[in-house]
Amino acid sequence: MIELDLAVQRGEFSLELSLASPARALALFGHSGCGKTTTLLAIAGLLRPQHGRIALDGHVLHDSRAGIDLPPPRRALGVVFQDARLFPHRSVRDNLCYGMPRRDASDAFDDVVQLLDLPALLKRKPGQLSGGQVRRVAIGRALLRQPRALLLDEPLANLHREARSEVLEHLGRLKREFALTTILVSHQFDEVAALADSVARLEDGRLAALEGVDAFRSAGLVPAAAPLVPHPLPTR
Amino acid sequence: MELLTHSEMIALGLSFKVSLVGVLCSLPVAIGCAWLLARTRFFGKPFFEGLLLLPLILPPVVTGYILLIVFGHHGAIGRFLDAAGLSIAFRWTGAALAAAVMAFPLLVVALRNGFESVDRKLEHAAATLGAGPWRIFFGITLPLSLRGLVAGLALAFARAFGEFGATITFVSSIPGETRTLPIALYELISTPGGEDGALRLTLVAVVVALVAGSVAALMLLRGGARQEVEA
Repeated sequence: MIELDLAVQRGEFSLELSLASPARALALFGHSGCGKTTTLLAIAGLLRPQHGRIALDGHVLHDSRAGIDLPPPRRALGVVFQDARLFPHRSVRDNLCYGMPRRDASDAFDDVVQLLDLPALLKRKPGQLSGGQVRRVAIGRALLRQPRALLLDEPLANLHREARSEVLEHLGRLKREFALTTILVSHQFDEVAALADSVARLEDGRLAALEGVDAFRSAGLVPAAAPLVPHPLPTR
Repeated sequence: MELLTHSEMIALGLSFKVSLVGVLCSLPVAIGCAWLLARTRFFGKPFFEGLLLLPLILPPVVTGYILLIVFGHHGAIGRFLDAAGLSIAFRWTGAALAAAVMAFPLLVVALRNGFESVDRKLEHAAATLGAGPWRIFFGITLPLSLRGLVAGLALAFARAFGEFGATITFVSSIPGETRTLPIALYELISTPGGEDGALRLTLVAVVVALVAGSVAALMLLRGGARQEVEA
C-alpha cells in the first residue's frame, strides 16, 4: 500500500498530493515540472515536505503530525536516480556492495548480478560503462540495499533505443521476480504502460487522475505490447 | 666534495621534520574547518573565514609574537604546557606549531575547494543507500576531494618549509633545535664568507618549492581538465 499525503513548496512551485494506492507498482506520470521528482525526493527523505504523511506498506517514513521524519539512511529504500549517481571512484562491484546491509549476503549479490547481466562489468569503473550499463548498475545497487520499496526516477531517460530496450527488459524481469513495491517517475508513456500496475497522473503539482494501467493504456491508445521506442505524450 | 655541510644538513633535516609534523598534525583540524566552510551555513561565517586566513594576511612576525604570548613560558597556554613538561617555546615542536599555523590557510583553502567540487548528489545517493555522515565523508567526499587534499598538502608543506618570520620570533634560532633552513640561510647571508652556504641552501629551497608547486599544479590542473571533460 502506497500512501502519500504531501504539501511541498519550492519557490513558485507548490505540490499538493494526496493518494492511496494498493498497487505493487505505481507510476507518477506527467509532463516535466509537474512535481513527479519532487514527490520522489520527498519519499526518499531528500526533501522535507511542509507537512504531510508518507507510508509504504504500513511503514511510516514521514508524518508531520506525529513528528516522524526518518532520515534517508533509515528509510530502507532503493533509489535509482535519473542521473544514476554511481560513485565514480569505485568499481562496479564496490558500487553494488555499498548499500548492502550485510557484506556476506553473497547469494543476493550473485542473484542480482546475474539478473542484470553484470558479471563482466564488476571490475570496471562507472566511467567505462555505456548509458544502459550505468542504469543497470544503478538498479542493481538499489536492489542490493534490500529495500522495502524501489523508487525509479525516469530510469530510461536519455538512453538511445537499444539501451532503452535493454534496461526496460531488465526492469520487467525485476518486476516479475522481486515483486517489490515500486514507485516509478516517468513522462514516457510506453515505460509506464510496461512497468506500472497503477498510474497517478500529475498536473501542475496536483493529482489529476489515479487509474489502473489498463485504463491508462486505453486512454493513450497504446497496445498492451507497447513498442520500446520513445513515444510522444498522448494528446488529451 | 660534499653538497651540504654538516650544519646545513641538520638545518635541512630539521626543516623537513618541522614541516611534515606541522602540516600532518594540522591536517585533521584543516579538514574539519574546510568541511564546515564548504558544507554548512552559520552565523558569523565570513568572520570565521577571515580568522582562518589571518596567518596569510598578518605580518609573520606578528603571528610569531602572538604564538609567543600564548604558548611562551608565561603564556596563557604555555604555562600549563610547561607545568605538564610539554613546553614548546624554543623547541622544535614550537617551530612545527609556527609552521603549521602559517601553512594552515593554504591547506584549508585547497581542501575547501576540493570538498566543493564534489557533487552533493553523490552524497545524497550514499545516504539513500544507508550510509551515515561519517561513512559518506570517508567513503565518498574525501576520496573524491583527493586532488584538493594532495594539492593542499603540497602547498602547505612548501609554505611550512619556507617559514621564517613567525618561527624566529617564537622559537628563535637554536642550532639543531629550531634553526630551520630559512633561518640558517638568513644567518649565512649575515655572516662574512657565508655566501657559498647561502647559495647552496637557496638552491635546496628553490628545488623543494618547485617540486611542491609542481605537485600542486598537477593536481589542480588535472582536476580542472577532468571537470571540463565531464561538463
